Amino acid sequence: MTATPTSAAARAAEERIDDGTAEIARQRYTDAKKAERKLGLLLVAPAVVVMLAVTAYPILYAFWLSLNKADLRQPDLNEFIWFDNYITVLSSPIWWMAFGVTMFITVVSASLELALGMLLAIVMHRTIVGRGLVRTSALVPYAIVTVVAAFSWRFAWTEGLGWLAPEGSAPLTQFWPSIWIIILAEVWKTVPFMALLLMAGLALVPEDLLKAASMDGANAWKRFWMVTVPLIKPAILVALLFRTLDAFRVFDNIFILTSGANGTSSVSMVAYSNLIRGLNLGIGSALSVLIFLTTGIIAFLFIKLFGAAAPGADTEGRR
Amino acid sequence: MQTETTNRKLMWWGVNVVVLLYAFVPVVWIVSLSLKDDATLNDGNYLPTSPSGESYSAIFSNPDFLRALINSIGICIIATLVAIVVGTMAAYAIARLAFPGKKAIVAMALLISMFPQIALVTPLFKIETSLGLFDTWAGLIILYITFALPLSIYTLSAFFREIPWDLEKAAKMDGATPYQAFRQVITPLAMPGVFTTAILVFISCWNDFLFAISLTSTSAARTVPAAMSYFTGATTFEKPTGPIAAAAVVITIPIVIFVLLFQRRIVAGLTSGAVKG
Repeated sequence: MTATPTSAAARAAEERIDDGTAEIARQRYTDAKKAERKLGLLLVAPAVVVMLAVTAYPILYAFWLSLNKADLRQPDLNEFIWFDNYITVLSSPIWWMAFGVTMFITVVSASLELALGMLLAIVMHRTIVGRGLVRTSALVPYAIVTVVAAFSWRFAWTEGLGWLAPEGSAPLTQFWPSIWIIILAEVWKTVPFMALLLMAGLALVPEDLLKAASMDGANAWKRFWMVTVPLIKPAILVALLFRTLDAFRVFDNIFILTSGANGTSSVSMVAYSNLIRGLNLGIGSALSVLIFLTTGIIAFLFIKLFGAAAPGADTEGRR
Repeated sequence: MQTETTNRKLMWWGVNVVVLLYAFVPVVWIVSLSLKDDATLNDGNYLPTSPSGESYSAIFSNPDFLRALINSIGICIIATLVAIVVGTMAAYAIARLAFPGKKAIVAMALLISMFPQIALVTPLFKIETSLGLFDTWAGLIILYITFALPLSIYTLSAFFREIPWDLEKAAKMDGATPYQAFRQVITPLAMPGVFTTAILVFISCWNDFLFAISLTSTSAARTVPAAMSYFTGATTFEKPTGPIAAAAVVITIPIVIFVLLFQRRIVAGLTSGAVKG
């Protein structure tokens, strides 16, 4: 960030010209710097204000509410109760069940998405026929509204209606079949997105390197693991981090597929039902804070353990 | 040699067919449900035997659905426009200008893109109720703008970085202020990127369900995804399959058209922000 074109120009000017003009050049340079800084701050200000007002403020407010007995059904009984709401949540089997379900769905679907996304990325990258067709159709699941896809899966497994429904049983009323259908719906929808991120990584692998490995007698499987994977590791980690956190938020699919029946609620479903049915803002806010903290821990672990670089973290400097 | 390439082509066509089936099986199924008539709705066939437009005429004469459609379109267009204007300004500053606090802003955008939206629902319910924003367009638009901003800042700053620096230098030589350089030289060149970002932002707003269902209570601001889950059938417990399928198809069509027309741009936009940084 230091070697800006303007500073280089200013330095060049200083060297060439005698004292009087150098002073003017320096003055002009600081003025230009100031103008640039001012414009930069002005241009980012609206975005920063909106983002802070809509996320930072509510989450701080949620922390405050979570320390209160803010029950909308008994508004007169509001009082400061320290961490009682957290004790209520953390000693409730509903929370731990939902937490386990969410974690299971997150881990299984993120892993499946990585494997299938890599396959699809390779197909889109390597196919010698109909490349445009494959890329366009792969975008379809990404573009479809999650709720629409969820209804499609739900009807497909509804007894006496759907083409996938087994005779005489209703999979969406049983725990494990429901969980697997939820995972299928999640995976179907997000594999293409994963594949696109990975494909951008694949495009950066030099073809010569793969050819050289092939000359040295490495087969396709070895080339993939020894050359491609190490080179696109950053792309893999970023894609995986994003998908893990996204899967942890799972809500739409569960809402439509099972409404959280038979213990299939995710933490997001529990927080939602608490707001709508329980109308208890204290408990709801405690849930908010816990979900927020869990997300933070997952992101922190990813960055510390795997060294996933945040996209945009390096500002690239000026060319 | 000739047969070897033919075989490889055939092999790849086979693989392509698998991808096509993967992408289209659930989509064709919901389209086919929307076209089934009452008599064959429950026959369990993948394709309709006697296609009819009954479900479509049913939803287009349902005032709740029409209202939801207007809400969806209006809310998403306004949110997209605002997010693009605010995002373009911020992205230009981040890609091109030196100012303090830039790293912190990039980090904040990143945090927001990972933010668990459900964590906001309870406090926002309270805040929006007391500000009178609950169950209004504005109440949803402000949320959609916020969660579209990280996406637009990342994608747009990647596009801005690809524009040569010399152009700004030349503009400054000619006496343009930094603002004039941004407004008159760089922004026009970034229009393709702005357009791509607008498509991505629109798709993400169009897809939202969580905020739409928890921060609305009537059809005043309920968008189609939320309204669909409130459709009622003959009895309260029975979901009206045909109309839901028809509504699903109606809100899918515009997005599929976008994707078909702008496949290349969407791919470029989705990957630029994420990998090149």
